[in-house]
Amino acid sequence: MASTIRVRATSNGDITEVQALIQHPMDTGLVKDSKGELIPAHYIQELKFECNGKDVFVANWGTAVSKDPYVKFSFKGAKKGDDLKISWIDNKGGSDTTTAKIS
Amino acid sequence: MKARSALLLGSLSAALVAFALTSPRVVAADKVDPVADAKAFQNFFFQKFPDVKHEDFVNGPYSMNADMKRQWQEKEEFPPYEFALDAGKEMFATPFKNGKTYADCFPSGGIGIRQNYPYFDEKEGKVVTLELALNRCREANGEVPYSYVKDEMASLTAYMAYTSRGKLMDIKIPDDPRALAAFENGKRYFYTRRGQMNFSCASCHVQSPGERIRAEILAPALGILNAMPIYRSEWSGMGTTSRRFVTCNSQTRAVPLEPQADEYRDVEYFLSYVANGLPISGPGARP
Repeated sequence: MASTIRVRATSNGDITEVQALIQHPMDTGLVKDSKGELIPAHYIQELKFECNGKDVFVANWGTAVSKDPYVKFSFKGAKKGDDLKISWIDNKGGSDTTTAKIS
Repeated sequence: MKARSALLLGSLSAALVAFALTSPRVVAADKVDPVADAKAFQNFFFQKFPDVKHEDFVNGPYSMNADMKRQWQEKEEFPPYEFALDAGKEMFATPFKNGKTYADCFPSGGIGIRQNYPYFDEKEGKVVTLELALNRCREANGEVPYSYVKDEMASLTAYMAYTSRGKLMDIKIPDDPRALAAFENGKRYFYTRRGQMNFSCASCHVQSPGERIRAEILAPALGILNAMPIYRSEWSGMGTTSRRFVTCNSQTRAVPLEPQADEYRDVEYFLSYVANGLPISGPGARP
């Protein structure tokens, strides 16, 4: 199975711009399925971006984030060719990790 | 008796000739003329929105509103249909249990052919859409058909549309009375008011494109199918042309038809034909 995380990180001088798209249902636990039963909550609790062993972006999420979340941010202090590690953990203990090279 | 009817016939044809001479313009009205229809349809939009580039109509509401267009261009750098596209590419390449693939069912191996669908099948005497052809391909190879509205079908068509991006819509109407009837039937469906709201497809997408319906901006009917399938934020997922037709019907509080019903196939035929010459832009993203 393909990774649930897609990342694009581009360096522009000192600033690195990161875009990420994550595939996740992000169920709130408030929605019913077609049989009228509640779909249990299933959402990402922590999303983390690390570069050169340092956290550059950490998000503590709840149910208010939409399905297949998209994140965009920029940070200083990385250069082209550095590795960017992305990981998430959800409330059911599921997780995924991927590494991208900054271009 | 004979003489009398001959006389009657004679005077009748004389009257017809006289009618034709005095009002030469009326003659074409009750004849199906897709070429003239498509021209009139496109000109209507080109004149209503003189500032919109012709090939930009396929981008729906984004062609009508500068703010939305900026947001969309930003989004297109990392589009929400990306997962479906990747899944579709993988599915398309994966062989069936009997070893054949989708590529065996389609001309040019299924790549870059989206602009030719739907087409009129002369053997069947009906319009065949890409979704229908895909499911027939599956069934012919002993696989279960997919849902016509979303998921796998949307992923597959997303990939097929992606390989056809930029190619110009090229729907043909063969010289066959049944093909003309299908076109005419689709046109009628498009302009017929129905449901509790008494809306036709045209009420929103011909009369009021660019205007708001609650928070959304209505897309022009011209080129609306060139972007199919689409990722809608409202659905938080992908949908095919069938899904769009079904939701259109229920939004106007009409009873939707079965996906791929004859009427839906005909209206897809009509709408695709009048968009001839505009590029394929699918898969699209819509609010």
